[in-house]
Order: sequence, then structure tokens, then C-alpha cells
Amino acid sequence: MTSMVTAVSPPRRPRRPSIVRHIPPLGVVAAVIVLGVVLLAAIAPWILTGQSPLQTDATAALHAPSAAHLFGTDQSGRDVLSRVIYGARYSLLVGLGATLLALLAGLVIGIGAGLAPRSVDGVLSRVIDVLMAFPEFLFALLVIAVIGPGEVSIVIAVALAAVPAYARVARVQTMVVSRAGYVRAASSLGVRPLAVIVRHIIPNTLGPLLVMATIGVGTAIVSAAGLSFLGLGPQPPTPEWGVILSEGRNFLATAWWIAVFPGLAITTTVIAISTVGRFLRSRSEGRSS
Amino acid sequence: MTAVRHAPGRGAVIRFATAFAVRLGGVLLVIWGAATAGFIALRLIPGDPVDVMLGVHARVGEAVREQIRAEWGLDQPPLVQYVLYLGRLVRGDLGESYQLRKSVAEIIGQQALPTLQLTALALLFALVLALGAALLARGQRSKRIVSLVELFVISSPTFWIGLVLLAVFSFQLGWFPVTATQGFASLVLPALTLALPVAGIISQVLRQGLDAAELQPFSTTARARGVSRAGLVLRHSLRHAAADSLTLTGYLVGSLLGGAVLVETVFARQGLGGVAIRAIIGRDIPVVLGIIVGAAIVFAVVNLLVDLTYRQLDPRLRIAVREASV
Repeated sequence: MTSMVTAVSPPRRPRRPSIVRHIPPLGVVAAVIVLGVVLLAAIAPWILTGQSPLQTDATAALHAPSAAHLFGTDQSGRDVLSRVIYGARYSLLVGLGATLLALLAGLVIGIGAGLAPRSVDGVLSRVIDVLMAFPEFLFALLVIAVIGPGEVSIVIAVALAAVPAYARVARVQTMVVSRAGYVRAASSLGVRPLAVIVRHIIPNTLGPLLVMATIGVGTAIVSAAGLSFLGLGPQPPTPEWGVILSEGRNFLATAWWIAVFPGLAITTTVIAISTVGRFLRSRSEGRSS
Repeated sequence: MTAVRHAPGRGAVIRFATAFAVRLGGVLLVIWGAATAGFIALRLIPGDPVDVMLGVHARVGEAVREQIRAEWGLDQPPLVQYVLYLGRLVRGDLGESYQLRKSVAEIIGQQALPTLQLTALALLFALVLALGAALLARGQRSKRIVSLVELFVISSPTFWIGLVLLAVFSFQLGWFPVTATQGFASLVLPALTLALPVAGIISQVLRQGLDAAELQPFSTTARARGVSRAGLVLRHSLRHAAADSLTLTGYLVGSLLGGAVLVETVFARQGLGGVAIRAIIGRDIPVVLGIIVGAAIVFAVVNLLVDLTYRQLDPRLRIAVREASV
């Protein structure tokens, strides 16, 4: 398994004492609260803001942050805070949707490769290795080049770019599980292959993939925002974080707040997601080792 | 395969040559694969390339369209087009842009220099920043601060960091020029923007490597010999950690190139990023294909170099790889 050697495998941190391990650290609690707010903004933004993200007001264009407009207003007098709040919906949808698609595709390909004859597995793993060498953003950009720009294209592009990573982990996990004593025992007792896959391989592969996916949602959000910043996704005046940032770029000299706050929203969300993800990873590593 | 002991002399040279040849074959295979995948994918796109060449609003008779198709070889069966395309590729001909009516190699060649300058300076910044951060963060408190900064720069979108730097240092403080005119001063902020997330990742891996090195037997031996703590880090641990970080190189080159697209847009700079975006939006297939093939060549070559360097840097791996690939 050359793939194991070329992969970066950071040494594990020494385990914390067992009593401390069961209480989530303060940072994780804060992260969960932040994610709660983001989720609320995505599902019911009207609870958090009374203003419309699209309502223009020529008399209030480019106002600095104030009590009336906490994040200021943009070139058309739209409230930046409500645009940022309504933007949570697009980012979370793309982040979760793309990650879910990538997870499923990676699971199917990985299990397929893990159980396939050696020659098929060899070809598949080579392809996965090559694709892994491409960073996700560049890969997503190339996918957009092929399928064309658009909102749906972004989801597909970000998802496809993430598939190789999931496929690789799923493949290794499948190989480990399918060689385990209890799976061999089940097979020799006459349990059908499909039942083995559903009952043993998928549940044992899904765990590590879900932990990966938690962090993956953050990466997906950043990639998607980047693609729409480049104008390859939703178009203005959609209150999407990348689109607002791209509009804000033109007013940096006079109105920094248009470009600063949506980016802060992305960063905060992604930090919260990766904090939770890292916590889950450290727990699952502690369990399996 | 069984683990082979290293015999000095001719055997080693032959083994190295074989390994090199196998990897070179791999490089060619990757480039061919990217070219083929790109060709197939772009053939599947609905729409007529002639529309792209003429623009949406052009009103041209069918006879003229036929003439254009014949001129570009678009009337040939796909397989013939593919073979012709591969033939041109081998000769280094990437075709001609539909929109700009210039050779793709020329377009890429013209715009490569600004992107290369940007990524090279960014790589330098990233290495210096990462090394500085990793060496500074040797105490408990400094470790915590550094890891927070790392988390922040890794989680922030590159283009947003660029916008913030631009707002603060160019518009508020006026330290750096706003427009991307020629000159080193206009290169600093874009390169820094591109470097920060990359530096965050390198520094994380370096720090983990340094921590791991401290637990290695050679650290104890060196300390017992009376080597100072700083000497140990600089002379021994860093080499150990560098081997780990080197595996990231391929990934980093990619991040820099991908990030360059965004950074060039933020700072309105010339470069391959702009070429790529315009080609993608304008459906300029030869240029898109050229960029895909170009990216594949860069990656394959970088990975080849990393692979070979890695084996030189860490002698243990030459045996470990053999054993693992059984």
C-alpha cells in the first residue's frame, strides 16, 4: 500500500487523561454555539434580522456601520448584516450538499476498489492518487471549465474535487475490514457478499468518513465562496458570501465593511466547523487506537 | 517483492535509474490521461464551437460556418480529431484560441511570468513564515498562540485575506500601491496573501515533525552528547521534520497555483488566473485544454522531483517503501 506511505500521517497527540477527555473543551462548546447561530440564519434568517437583504435605499448608500446598520450598507443602500445573515443559507447548502455527494461517491468508489480484483484496484488507486495530487480548488475550477459556470455547477465541482480523498480512506478502511476475522467468518458461514457490505463494511467505513466530512464541509464552503467570488456561480444581487465579497472589492477604498464582514462570517463558520471536526477526530482516534 | 538490502556501487545506480524510468513513464501517463480526459469532457459539452468563435450575436450563413469548421478540423470524426490533437500535443502545439485567434502556447507563455513571480515570492514568504512560526512556538503558551493563528489563516478564504490586506495596507495606510503596476512593491501584498494559508499548513506539519523528532532516540543521543536544545532543533530535528513537510510540496504548488487565480483577481493582476477565468466563462476550449494539460505537466513533474528528493533526504524510506509496497 504505497498510498499509506505517501500520505501525510501526522503523529498522534498524546492522549489526555481519561476524565478530561469526556468533557468537551471550551472552544468546542463555543464552536457549537456559533454553528447553531449559522444554522438558524440558514433556516430562518428573518428571526435574526428585520431587514430584507435585497431592499435598496439610494439615500443610505455606503453608510458606515451604525446602530441602524450594524455592518453598514452597500453601494445600493442594502443592509450588509441582513445580506450576510441570508448568505448563510447558500454557503451551508453548498457546503453540506457538496460534502454529502462527495461522501457517497467516495464511499461507492472506495468500497468498490477495496473489494475489486487487484488489477482493477490498482488502476483505481493510481487514478485516485493522481487526482489527490491536484488541490481541491484547482480541480473544482477545472470541473467548472468543463461543465460551465452556474449555481448547480459549483456544488458538482466542489463535490467532485473532494471525492478522491473520501474514496482513498474508504478503500483502505474496506480492505482492513474485509480482512478482519469476523468478516471472514461471516463469509465462510455463507453470508452473502452484499449482506457483508451492508452490515459490516459500510458501517465500519462510514465512521472515519463522517469525521472527515465534518472538516470537509468547511473546505467546501471556502471553495464555493472562492468560485462565486470569481463570478462562476450565483450572480449579484444574490446575497451569497462570495458574491458580496466580490461586490465589496470595488468599494474597498471608501467602504471596507462590505468586504470585511462576509469574509469574517465565512472564517468564523469554517473555524467553528473545523474545531468540532478536530474534536470528533481526536475522539475517534482515541477510541480506535 | 521482498526487502532488498542496499548494495553500494552499480546495483544502486541501476536501481535508481530504473526507479527514475518508471516514474518518468508515470509522468507521461498522467499527462496523457489529463489530455485525454480533458478532450473527452470538452467534446461532451453541448453547443457549437463556431458560436463561441463568432460570438453570440453574429449572423453568418451556414456556408461560412462550414468553412470555419473545415478550417479548424471540426468537421472530422471525433477520433480523428483526438489523434490529430495528440499529434500536435507531442510537438508542443497546444492549438489556437477560439476567442483571441492566437496560439495557446503563446497566450500561456505571455501570462506565465507574472504568475510565476507571484507564486515564487509567495513560496519564499510561506517557507520563511512557517519556519519562523515553528521555531518560535517551542513553549506551551507560544504553541497555543501559533496554533490559533494557524487555524485562522487556514480557515480564512485566501481572497478575503487579500481584500483585508488591501483595505488596511493600501487604502488606509498607503504603504503599498493599490494598482498592480510593475515593480516589487505591488507584488508584496499579493504574495503575502497567497503565502499565509500555505504558511499555516507548512508550519503545522513542521511543528508536528519537530515534536515527533524530540521523541526519537537520536534526540536523546544528541542531548547526551551535550548538544544544546537549540542546536538539536537546528541540526537534527529540522531535517527530520523537513522530510515530513516535503510530502506536502506537490499539494502546496497546487494550492499556490489555485490560490493565484483568486489572488490575481483580488489585486487585478495580469497572469494565468485571468486567462483561465476568461477561457472558462467564454468556453474557449483550446485554452481550457491547454491549461489542464499545463497544470498536469507541472504537477507530474513536481511530484516526480519530490519523490526523488524525499528518498535522498530520508534513507530509511528507501527500504520502507519497498516493504510497504509488497
